[in-house]
Amino acid sequence: MRNARQHEIVVTLCLPTGALLVSLLVFGVFVACSGANPLAAYALMYQGGFGTWFSWQNTLQRAAPLILTALCTAIPAQLGLVIIGGEGALVLGGLGAVVMALHFPVGVPWLVQLAMALAGMVVGGLLILVAGALRHYRGVNETISSLLLTYIAIAGFHHLVEGPMRDPASLNKPSTAAIGDANMLGLLPGMDVHWGLLYGLVACVVVYILMSRTVFGFAARMAGGNARAAQLSGLPIGRLILTGCFLAGAAAGLAGMVEVAAVHGRANASLVVGYGYTGILVAFLARHHALAIIPVAVLLGGIGASGGLLQRRLGLPDATVLVLQGILFVVILASEALRDRLQLLGKTAS
Amino acid sequence: MTETVLGWWGVPLGVFAGAMRSSTPFLFVSLGELLTEKSGRINLGQEGILVLGAMCGYGVAFLTGSPWLGVLVAGCAGAMLGSLHAAICSLPRVNDIALGIAVMLFGTGLAFYLGKAFIQPQAPRLPAIPFGWWSAVPQVQAALQVNVLFLLGAGLAPGLAWGLTHTRWGLILQTVGDSADAARALGYSVTYVRWAATALGGFLAGVGGSFLSLYYPGSWNEGLSSGQGLMAVALVIFARWEPVSCFWAALLFGGAGALGPALQSVGVTHGYYLFNAAPYVLTLGLMILTSAPQQRLAGAPGELSVTK
Repeated sequence: MRNARQHEIVVTLCLPTGALLVSLLVFGVFVACSGANPLAAYALMYQGGFGTWFSWQNTLQRAAPLILTALCTAIPAQLGLVIIGGEGALVLGGLGAVVMALHFPVGVPWLVQLAMALAGMVVGGLLILVAGALRHYRGVNETISSLLLTYIAIAGFHHLVEGPMRDPASLNKPSTAAIGDANMLGLLPGMDVHWGLLYGLVACVVVYILMSRTVFGFAARMAGGNARAAQLSGLPIGRLILTGCFLAGAAAGLAGMVEVAAVHGRANASLVVGYGYTGILVAFLARHHALAIIPVAVLLGGIGASGGLLQRRLGLPDATVLVLQGILFVVILASEALRDRLQLLGKTAS
Repeated sequence: MTETVLGWWGVPLGVFAGAMRSSTPFLFVSLGELLTEKSGRINLGQEGILVLGAMCGYGVAFLTGSPWLGVLVAGCAGAMLGSLHAAICSLPRVNDIALGIAVMLFGTGLAFYLGKAFIQPQAPRLPAIPFGWWSAVPQVQAALQVNVLFLLGAGLAPGLAWGLTHTRWGLILQTVGDSADAARALGYSVTYVRWAATALGGFLAGVGGSFLSLYYPGSWNEGLSSGQGLMAVALVIFARWEPVSCFWAALLFGGAGALGPALQSVGVTHGYYLFNAAPYVLTLGLMILTSAPQQRLAGAPGELSVTK
């Protein structure tokens, strides 16, 4: 038994690693076709993401929202739902946080930050809650509805930021009023990375404990594994789905609050840069495991951080990172096909 | 001033013209998705295929000077992405919805990557047939400029409806979609039929994409498609897997999409973003109305995971 378990862990680690290597190889061929040296591209990606302390800090800065948006896909996945609305929850969460900061009556920074985080989480949570509720009560496919809700949320965001909530002083780039320097999230001690990273790490640990050590987590995973069996054993499927979706949206909403309170200081189009979509890839690469999300988010944050360097040194378009992410996504899903075969191999060996 | 003569009548006219103009991508993507779903698989990657098709069509039309060659290459690029989806989906343990998301991100990324060079130059556009020659009002004339691709799509819908029920190929496709086991027992290769259906579906989605960049709006940029491909997937469910219903639904969606620009043209600029969100709200509303919590949807292919 012990051997089989070890073998499973080895397979679980090897498959994504192998998929990553294959993706890099395919990506190299792609880069070579556009006339750049693939080896130089690999070296730059390492340098830009993980080569120096400076690039590490840039990487971690980007990993923070990715960790949180990945949870938005990973938590519903435990319930058997495929939710891809993290981008919408992030954007609305950021906007909710700004509204809270602008209207909060007490000028105590930590209180304002707490209120911003709660506002972001509630707004983001409600958005994904709608997708979950539509799934449960009306049978609407949650993947499509969550992406449609994202488009609606982004349209509403642009409407508010460029209309009623626009700060007249923001001429070239329509933005809301600033939340104020005093209310900004500071930096972690000794590094140039904001506290949002810690929010992400804590969220992952909390979700891990929730999913693997509590009755809720057990019930949720049971409902995700076999909804009918869960229903027959009396589990409240509806409540599980709604709670899971709310938590998922809350994580992405918190990412929006972090981006506003630690990076931009106000809500504007810089918030809509695709962290929500990369988060989906992070969740799938981590196989929806809350703790595995952390290293995967750091890896993809590093790839994202190296994008600028690839653009400047090799003259590749800024979408190069998107291509690598797309290849990685396709290859990681294809690699699942090998899992059974590898596990069978382990059984015959032991 | 003819512009003031029309006044608010410009809004319904604009919506009507826009319905024909903006419905073409919806129509092609939804007919392609219908084929794919009839084979028992859903391809959410149509959105990525649409964007890649738009880029390829524009690039080829610019480089060769022939918009029709652009349409063809756009279709072929779509068929290739469709084949990728089909090939990986036929492996064990691969989920078609998850892979659709991957193809969506891959197609979009690839289009942005390859399309960087084509953002500035102007490619030749697809021709349109002026059906508004009888009118002296320029807006009416402009509204009745009908693109050839729209007419092709409008003809394709009933053609497909007939083909699905009256040809050997159509019946095999429906058998595979309703029961893979039955199709296997009859000796048909499920993998092959699904590959053909997904590749053909990708071809049509690519053609729909080329309409975006070669006719309306008529240029390539990274914000060209924002969810039309995905909405077309939802549209197929709403149209209950009927090609002719897809045509009417596509017109409805096109009209909703034209509401924002039509209001803008008569001077309503407030709430521009909100009117542009109308198609998404419409899609979501229709999905809520037409879905059912417990029983399977009428007309759904039996093997389709999305409605189970």
